[in-house]
Amino acid sequence: MKLFGSGHGACPGCGLPIAVKNVLEGVGPCFVANSTGCLEIISSQYGKSAWGVPYIHSVFENAAAVAAGIEVALKALRRTDEGPIVVFAGDGATADIGIGPLSGMFDRGHNVLYVCLDNEAYQNTGNQQSGLTPSGCYTTTTPAGKIMAGKQGQKKDMVAFALAHKLPYVATASVAFPRDIKRKAKRAIEFKGPKYIQIHSPCVTGWGLNGKQAIPVARLAVETGLYPLVEYENGELVRVKKVKERKPVEEYLKQQKRFRHLFKHPKGHEVVEELQKIADGNALKFGLDI
Amino acid sequence: MIRITPGAVSKPLESLKVKTGDWGAEYPVIEEEKCIGCGECEIFCPDLCIELIEAGMEKKGEKEKIIRVAKVNYEYCKGCGTCSVVCPAEAIKMELKDIYRGELK
Ligand SMILES: Cc1ncc(C[n+]2csc(CCOP(=O)(O)OP(=O)(O)O)c2C)c(N)n1
Ligand code: SF4
Ligand code: SF4
Ligand SMILES: [Mg+2]
Repeated sequence: MKLFGSGHGACPGCGLPIAVKNVLEGVGPCFVANSTGCLEIISSQYGKSAWGVPYIHSVFENAAAVAAGIEVALKALRRTDEGPIVVFAGDGATADIGIGPLSGMFDRGHNVLYVCLDNEAYQNTGNQQSGLTPSGCYTTTTPAGKIMAGKQGQKKDMVAFALAHKLPYVATASVAFPRDIKRKAKRAIEFKGPKYIQIHSPCVTGWGLNGKQAIPVARLAVETGLYPLVEYENGELVRVKKVKERKPVEEYLKQQKRFRHLFKHPKGHEVVEELQKIADGNALKFGLDI
Repeated sequence: MIRITPGAVSKPLESLKVKTGDWGAEYPVIEEEKCIGCGECEIFCPDLCIELIEAGMEKKGEKEKIIRVAKVNYEYCKGCGTCSVVCPAEAIKMELKDIYRGELK
C-alpha cells in the first residue's frame, strides 16, 4: 500500500507533498502526528484521507507532545517494533506556537523524528509572517509600506535551537533535492532519541509563483547560499551540500512576488544587501563554496 | 444521513476517490522516445500520479535491458508542470487543454 496518495488537495505545484512522500519513503511505515496547517487541511478531511499510515491531526501547537504520547503509549503496549514516530509540522507550528511543546519533547528525549515543513509563513491562513519568514519578505502582516520593506529581523535559527537540545541528528533539506530528503529521513531514524529535519518547501500562492517555478526557485535558495543544506550527527557537522559558483541572492528574490518590492522600495537595496550578507555568512560558516 | 466510523477514524487513502485531474489548465505529454526512464518526474510529482512502466526490452551488447518510460495518470494530474521542468531529457511538454483553447468573439 502507498504511504501517501493522490487526490489530496494541495495547490498545483505545492512543495509539501513532495517533502512528505519522500520522508515517508525514507522511513517506511510509521506513525504520523501532524499539526494544524496546509498539510493537515489538504490530506486529512474526513473520508478523504490521503494517508496510508496511521495518522493523527493534533491541534496547531502540540504535535510534538502528541507524538511523545504516542511513543510512550507504544512502549507501554510493547509495540515499539511497529514503526517510528514522525511529526510533520509547519514553520509557524514549529518555530512559533509549538516551540514550547517541541522543546519539551526534545528535552525528555522521546524517540521521535520531527519534520518541519518550512514554507516560510503561515500559509494555510493566507500568508502571515512566522519566525521562519526571511528578512524583507512580504506577508500580510509584514506588508511593504512607506516605512518598512517587508519583514523586519532575521529568520529564526531553528537548527541552532535543535542543536542546543543536544539532538543526535539535525538536518536541513529542500524539496528541490528529494533524493536527499529520502536519504536524510532514513539516516535520521537510525538514531535513538529526538531528531529534527527542516525542509524548505515553496508555497505557490504565498510566494507568488506558478507551479513550474516552484522547484527552480527552491533550487536557487540552495544555490545562493540562503538555504544551506547541512547535516549534524551528535552535534558534529558531518555533511553540507556544496555549491558550485554560488549565485547572487537577487536571482532567487527576483522570481518571487513576495520579494518584488525590494527592487522598488527605497530601503529595498539595503535589505537585498543584508540577505546577501546572510548568504555569504552561511557560505563561510558551512564551507559551501567549492 | 452521514455514517461515521467508530472514533470518526478515516480509512487509508480514501483521497483516491477525489479525482483532481480536472484542476489544471495544462497537461503533460511525455515523448516516449526521449524519456530515459530516470524517474525524476516520479520522485517530484506532488500528486503522485507518474509511474515508470515497462515499455519493452533493449539489447545492450550481450545483455537485455528493460526499457522503462514515465506514464502519467491523468485522473489525478493537476497540470502543475513540475515534471516538465525537472525532466533532464526534456521529454515532457505541457499542453493547454482543449477546453481552454476557445477564442473570445
Ligand atoms: C491556536 C490556533 N491559532 C490559530 C489557528 C489558525 N491557523 C490554522 S493553520 C495556521 C497557520 C499554519 O502555519 P504553518 O504552521 O506555517 O503551516 P502551513 O500552513 O504554512 O504549512 C493558523 C494560524 C489555529 N488553528 N489554532
Ligand atoms: S497554500 Fe501554499 S502551502 Fe498551502 S497547499 Fe497551497 S501551495 Fe501548498
Ligand atoms: S503536471 Fe504536475 S501533477 Fe501532473 S504529472 Fe506533472 S508533476 Fe504530476
Ligand atoms: Mg508555513
